[in-house]
Amino acid sequence: MSEVKMSAKDLRLWYGDFEALKTVSLDMNKNSVTALIGPSGCGKSTFLKTLNRMNDLVEGCRIEGDVRLDGEDIFQKGYDLALLRKRVGMVFQKPNPFPMSIYDNIAYGPRVHGIRKKKVLDEIVEKALRGAALWDEVHDRLRKSAMGLSGGQQQRLCIARVMAVEPEVVLMDEPTSALDPISTQRIEDLMAELKKKFTIVIVTHNMQQAARIADRTAFFLKGEIVEAGDTLQIFQQPRDKRTEDYITGRFG
Amino acid sequence: MNAAIRRESPGKKKFYKVLERVTESVFFLCAAAAVLALSVILIFLFIQGIPALREIGVWNFVTGTTWQPSGNKFGILPMIVASLLATFGSALIGGFIGLMAALLLAEVAPRFLANVIRPLIDLLAGIPSVVYGFFGLMVVVPLIIQLFGGTGNSLLATIIILSAMILPTMVSLSETAVRAVPQAYREGSLALGATHMQTIFRVTLPAAKSGVLNAFVLSLGRAIGETMAVILVAGNRSTMPTSILDPVRPMTANIALELSYASGLHAEALYATGVVLLCFIVVINITAHLVLRKKKEG
Repeated sequence: MSEVKMSAKDLRLWYGDFEALKTVSLDMNKNSVTALIGPSGCGKSTFLKTLNRMNDLVEGCRIEGDVRLDGEDIFQKGYDLALLRKRVGMVFQKPNPFPMSIYDNIAYGPRVHGIRKKKVLDEIVEKALRGAALWDEVHDRLRKSAMGLSGGQQQRLCIARVMAVEPEVVLMDEPTSALDPISTQRIEDLMAELKKKFTIVIVTHNMQQAARIADRTAFFLKGEIVEAGDTLQIFQQPRDKRTEDYITGRFG
Repeated sequence: MNAAIRRESPGKKKFYKVLERVTESVFFLCAAAAVLALSVILIFLFIQGIPALREIGVWNFVTGTTWQPSGNKFGILPMIVASLLATFGSALIGGFIGLMAALLLAEVAPRFLANVIRPLIDLLAGIPSVVYGFFGLMVVVPLIIQLFGGTGNSLLATIIILSAMILPTMVSLSETAVRAVPQAYREGSLALGATHMQTIFRVTLPAAKSGVLNAFVLSLGRAIGETMAVILVAGNRSTMPTSILDPVRPMTANIALELSYASGLHAEALYATGVVLLCFIVVINITAHLVLRKKKEG
């Protein structure tokens, strides 16, 4: 039933001399939510950023191993980076709307991918905002600056901005850690909706959140995946002692 | 409060209080000196310049097209036009080149290359203006004669030299503005599949807009006030330019060229030229101020 959308195999990554990922392998299934958990500095965000090659921006970053999207090696020579990032969208930890209008924020992605017609853009913007459960709150002020929105609204705007380019995979890097509980819940509700269309990979510090939303969970520790499997199994019958210690709050 | 301070004797406490006051006064006096210098210059300029404006008439003075001190004709419109054309022309060219260079340094060039180019551009700011003028006279002017004919000393030569002179201001201020754009904007754009160049021109540069605009306005200020280099390459003819190859005389050049021998109404008319020049500079500074204030609010 579960089809692999993205997979990493024997992935190793260095920042300079520091080995941030040590031979990590993980499959991420289509139309499901994969949660990456683990203490700070364990490499889960680094792993996430490898999936859309945002680590390319980091100076001194070196990668070995294999990451595949629909079976295609994303590190192969001549691979279209812009297309990869269009297919694999990303929501950041801190909401980062551009300092422009709500409308222009959403239309930004489609525009850089060549859509010019106003009517088409209008439709995309409305659909994306509805998809991110933000339309009702902002439809009468699309031309106003996105910087005037609340933190939770800004994060949903960023989700809408990603959806507007119709990605296949959505990466989320602790998307609710800067938000209040009500905004967090709205975004979690949204994720249940989003996984019907997309493959979602989410980094979270919040174990309840992983338990609530994820189908599969991978536990990272010191650059390695200690254990990965169905969320229920990870939380109820962890196979590894370290996993059990972490999820029961004994460290981390 | 910590114990060491509590044990201080009353005499010492008083001493610190006085020291505090003295330091404040020094700050105040230094600031006052700057304000005083400005006021003295303004008062002096107006006292010297106003009689001429009254005698010639402000309107005649700024719209008159003939400058002929021996014939008692004092019209500075050709010089105002020359100043404005030279300033805006150079600000456009220097502003564009400077902005592109700033984007290279801030966004495109690898760090080691930026670290080589940046000090070179800064060095450009340290070259005395008379050297710019000399270079213009020896290189730019002959080049213009060769390419287009004419006298060489011209509005075009002035614009080229001023463009080079405002580059460092434009580059360093724009680079600072572009670097101040949060990294999160760039990441957000790249993560949506935008290319590096799309990110620079559609997100980073618009986000740095007010800082870049401020750099542009300050470059205008630098260009309009430049004198020495301009005298050497402008040609200094006080008639209305009809082509970019005509010799021109910007306001600053007019004052510097004639003040040493002028007397009476002629001298006063030169001070009045200074008053007009000052008015333009005040407008430029107010614009810069408004741009910056808008930045803080936005």
